[in-house]
Amino acid sequence: MADHPLPEPDVAREWFETMLLIRHFEERAGEQYARAKIGGFLHLAIGEEASMVGTVRAMRDTDYLISTYRSHGQTIARGSPPGRVMAELFGRVDGLCHGRGGSMHMFDLPRRFMGGYGIVGGNLPIAAGFGLAADYMGNDDATVCQFGDGASNQGTFGETMNLAALWRLPVVFMVTNNRFGMGTALERHSAVTDLQVKGEGFGVPGMECDGMDVVDTFHVTTEALRIAREERRPVLVEALTYRFRGHSMADPEEYRTKAEVEEWRKRDPIITFGDRLVAETVITEDERAELDAAARQAADDAVAFADASPVPDPSSLYDDVYVLGGQIQGWYSVDERGAGVRKGEDLAEEHA
Amino acid sequence: MPMMRYREALNQALREEMLRDEGVFLMGEDIGVFNGAYKVTAGLLDEFGERRVRDTPISENTIVGMGVGAAMLGLRPVVELMTINFSLLALDQIVNHASHIHYMFGGQVKVPLVVRMPQGAGHQLGPTHSHSWEALYLHVPGLLVAVPSTAADAKGLLKAAIRDENPVIFIEHEYLYGQRGEVPDDDEFVVPFGKAAVRREGSDVTIVGISRMAVTAEKAAALLSEQHEIEAEVIDPRTLRPLDLDTILESVRRTNRCVIVEEGWPHGGVGANLAALIQEQAFDDLDAPIGRVTGADVPMPYAKNLEQIAFPHEPEVVDAVLATFRDL
Repeated sequence: MADHPLPEPDVAREWFETMLLIRHFEERAGEQYARAKIGGFLHLAIGEEASMVGTVRAMRDTDYLISTYRSHGQTIARGSPPGRVMAELFGRVDGLCHGRGGSMHMFDLPRRFMGGYGIVGGNLPIAAGFGLAADYMGNDDATVCQFGDGASNQGTFGETMNLAALWRLPVVFMVTNNRFGMGTALERHSAVTDLQVKGEGFGVPGMECDGMDVVDTFHVTTEALRIAREERRPVLVEALTYRFRGHSMADPEEYRTKAEVEEWRKRDPIITFGDRLVAETVITEDERAELDAAARQAADDAVAFADASPVPDPSSLYDDVYVLGGQIQGWYSVDERGAGVRKGEDLAEEHA
Repeated sequence: MPMMRYREALNQALREEMLRDEGVFLMGEDIGVFNGAYKVTAGLLDEFGERRVRDTPISENTIVGMGVGAAMLGLRPVVELMTINFSLLALDQIVNHASHIHYMFGGQVKVPLVVRMPQGAGHQLGPTHSHSWEALYLHVPGLLVAVPSTAADAKGLLKAAIRDENPVIFIEHEYLYGQRGEVPDDDEFVVPFGKAAVRREGSDVTIVGISRMAVTAEKAAALLSEQHEIEAEVIDPRTLRPLDLDTILESVRRTNRCVIVEEGWPHGGVGANLAALIQEQAFDDLDAPIGRVTGADVPMPYAKNLEQIAFPHEPEVVDAVLATFRDL
């Protein structure tokens, strides 16, 4: 891994701010989960901020990003208002998906964040479809598809690598190797642990980046995107990283030792990057504390925004199951909740 | 009106929609150079080229998923799967992704994808190539399901499917591919979803036939008229989502009897579902329990004699109709 110089001070500072924002957002989310403000599963990306921000900052605004169920940070890095991300976690109408998706299913079309997906490996074919669409339409939009080490064992991984290489699709596949597929360690779930080589047999060359270093992630992803965009072929990037928290909030972490976690925490991407910014006089220690406080405040504001947002109206239950035209013929959804039967699509009308 | 085979009508629909809309393209196994396992796509590679008629590897889940992604970005992919049995390999992309994406992302993005595939028994293809699973896809909110039984509907419904903004499961039938029918020679001939066809008018009993069983039901209705002086009304719903329940109910309220015929399995089948909906809304109009004729509750056997008794034919439909007149 090369020692890259820092980018321009304003750029470096913005990366640091975004990483801090994601960190504080995730910590607040964890707290709100413990307070039962957030339901379901909550997968935090604490420890993976550098791989997220470094990747997203290498992308153009017109590129597409598609990710997994661990994607609050990615959509924030793409520019989604943290309040709307938190409101989605709270299941409120102001959530990015109006409370339909929750933690695992973020989506922000204007920012081309094309979704968090709850099925491991389910996003890979869709990413190839974005690449195909760009190719078909003859534009130079590229796609970055992030997924975890666990997903590299799914059938869609091999199928998608083959098709992306066969059709020369402009997609950067980024396997975020946080060393665990849920609670199963990498060496216990993958015969090949050097994940960047797993695409080679399918014709997809591999690259590696230090996912704990935002600068290295940025440079490697930039080059991968250049190859995808200009040479019209897919690349597999392995981002070596580590999640400091459990797989989800419902994870007692019996599969790894505290010592191992502590060892990785010494490489905390926010601490190491902050140290470097201070050492290279991009910011002072005081400024570092100010940026941290500002990010903390932004996360608090996100919680306040989410808490103030109303829950979805019950009459919206059947909205957006289908795209309905002006003339609705036939029964699309059947509402059988209780006495009688009616069209689901009529529900909103009845409540109006 | 020109006569043509069901497969030719499908081909014409694909061709017309590809000429009409640059965003329409085809993906599937052996649809190009090989001209399609059932020749539905014959000639299209030559006419439209490899960009728009794409032979794929045997990777059903991924080609459907790529269709999902391309559709999300505004294209109109039509993915062909070689049989409905193979669609189970793509069930994750169809159910967890295509059908959910519009809803779970709060309506931000649409998935105007068509997944075409044939189903049905009768060609001795055994347990992995012969099933009828419209009920599986009917079960899923977010999907539209079309089951054309005539050449004209094959064309008109496929054109409607391609133009629709929702993901469509378009279920063709292997037996029907070679059947001929009159097909309007009109670029704008579209059969709207959610509008049933009354294949035969009658006042004594309503027979609802699904997919190929609409044809079987019509033949059974002729026998009922000739041999038993029973005039059956035969309804082909044409699409199961959206479902033209109103036409079926209107008929049942006149005939007071109903038999539903499908090729798929009985448990959780289309008939089970329809019977529930009909009795909920027309209980007082029914003079007999709703009858069902379904495929046998077995994996499809290979042996010709066993296969033939494992899916419905006219005599079973006649028997089921006669049963609704007994003991009255």
